[in-house]
Amino acid sequence: MSADTLVLKGRKVVGGVAEGEALVTRQTISGWGGVNPMLGIVTETRHELRGVSFKDKILVFPGAKGSSAWSAMFHMARLAGAAPKALLFNEMTTKVALGAVVMRIPAITDFDRNPLEVIETGDWVKVDADRGLVEVRKAALRTGS
Amino acid sequence: MKLTTHEQSMLDGKDGKARQKAMELLVRYADALGAERFVATDNVAGVPGSTNAFLQKYYQHKGGGGYDAIFSFFDLDSDELIEVPKAGAHTCHLQGGFDPDNWQILGATPESFKISQESEAFIAGRGVQILKTCTPYLAGNVPKKGDHCAWMESSAVVYCNSVLAARTNTEGRESTSAAMLTGVIPDWGFHRDEYRLGSHLVEVDFEIESVMDWGMLGYFVGDAVQERIPVLRGRFAGADLLIRHKHFGAAAASSGGVEMYHIAGVTPEAPSVEAAFGGRKPLEVIPYGRAERRRTYDNLNSKASDPQVDYVMLGCPHYSLEQIKGACAMLEGKRVSANCNLWIFTSRAVKAVSDTQGLSKQLRDAGAVLLTDTCSSISQAIPPGTKVAALDSAKQTHYLPAFMNIQAWFGSTQDCINAAVTGRWNGVAP
Repeated sequence: MSADTLVLKGRKVVGGVAEGEALVTRQTISGWGGVNPMLGIVTETRHELRGVSFKDKILVFPGAKGSSAWSAMFHMARLAGAAPKALLFNEMTTKVALGAVVMRIPAITDFDRNPLEVIETGDWVKVDADRGLVEVRKAALRTGS
Repeated sequence: MKLTTHEQSMLDGKDGKARQKAMELLVRYADALGAERFVATDNVAGVPGSTNAFLQKYYQHKGGGGYDAIFSFFDLDSDELIEVPKAGAHTCHLQGGFDPDNWQILGATPESFKISQESEAFIAGRGVQILKTCTPYLAGNVPKKGDHCAWMESSAVVYCNSVLAARTNTEGRESTSAAMLTGVIPDWGFHRDEYRLGSHLVEVDFEIESVMDWGMLGYFVGDAVQERIPVLRGRFAGADLLIRHKHFGAAAASSGGVEMYHIAGVTPEAPSVEAAFGGRKPLEVIPYGRAERRRTYDNLNSKASDPQVDYVMLGCPHYSLEQIKGACAMLEGKRVSANCNLWIFTSRAVKAVSDTQGLSKQLRDAGAVLLTDTCSSISQAIPPGTKVAALDSAKQTHYLPAFMNIQAWFGSTQDCINAAVTGRWNGVAP
């Protein structure tokens, strides 16, 4: 492991491995009324990610909020090929747990460090949910800037 | 996870393929939550088998399409097609689909109405009660204190926990459909005593009176505490009236993720502030005064500027009989403006009583329409050409403008009825 790589440890929510680009938000995400599951974008009026796609991203967020259709919305995103590749989040709720299960993507919570503070949008992230490990390669270092 | 003999036998397939697949999903879900066991439930409220055009099309070529396929692959997230048996637990269907008497008003196509009727017949045949409402507690499903439930619909969940003192998490489509077959749900969150204690204290410094006041307070509180558990202290007029709790909880569950609240001296698990916190200290004390109320009102009305109102929607959450009676009284001797539509949404059960009482006719005579099963946000149906709506629900105001790309005013029921009659918004800020 090189010096530009950070490692976070957490608890497995749904097992599996994935890697990809991080999409980070400090705001909770709403399912029904908050995302377009067909396109994989956030639609909530005042959300900082409004119009941004989470498709194939490692989604790093505080947790789920809003309607009980959260899992069904993200389940449809999986069918439409618009789901994220993995979920990393802080606040456990039934919405996000069931959503991660039916999206069938790796998910981790209960981290030793706050992922919202150490991961930035654009970082390259490897998720090994079976071992509860997240490896983060900083975008800034990766590009040498 | 520790499974009982019965749960293990369902998981092993001894009670049939469907219950096995449902248990497999529930075990995956319980593992994700970190739950150690299940709790038995005999009160499930979900949307089993409900269908939209996307799902209908997606599963057309998988397992031969049809409702068994949708239930197997989507509701149970199973890779195998199963035949859906009768529900194992008492289960009701929440809102959704189209009012069977007025689907044309809602702009449904004959095809989409047919799909909605077919999926309803399918699920009714599995023993599910077709309540078709977001307020099952106003349509015959009233759990008692301590009952373990598996409910969807955030406004019903918060009512179930806070007002009825029954126990449910905010379940989803897949977990309720699995619970309908198995009669179990993960023993996590609101099923457990320690999880139900308050986290934040909200000090309300003026008397909360009208339904509109309760709605604004709920919207403020949800935003302030997000998914935590607020304890409110203050003076509340009509705190025993379920309509006020219905609007408060729905608002708090849409601006945040509030699944339970306590009002000291009012709600059953809060004989006092101290009891509601279980002896712990609040994480934060949040003041709510007239300035906060005004800010909440302005925030709710920030998406409206045009005073010409062409649509008034009432019935989020679904109106109670008292609320329909109230709307009739406000409309007495008046008529809905030719430039405006007034739609009021309720459950089939309440509509049946409204018919008997002559209330449905009074509304019709005044130019309003009483509709069932859905609402404008759920069905994404508004009168053609609507640009500006008026709403008496903070929850509907939260969702509708974003869904339909329209303006929406928020105010009292009287403000909304006035708008329907005059075609103009004259709501007064508190």
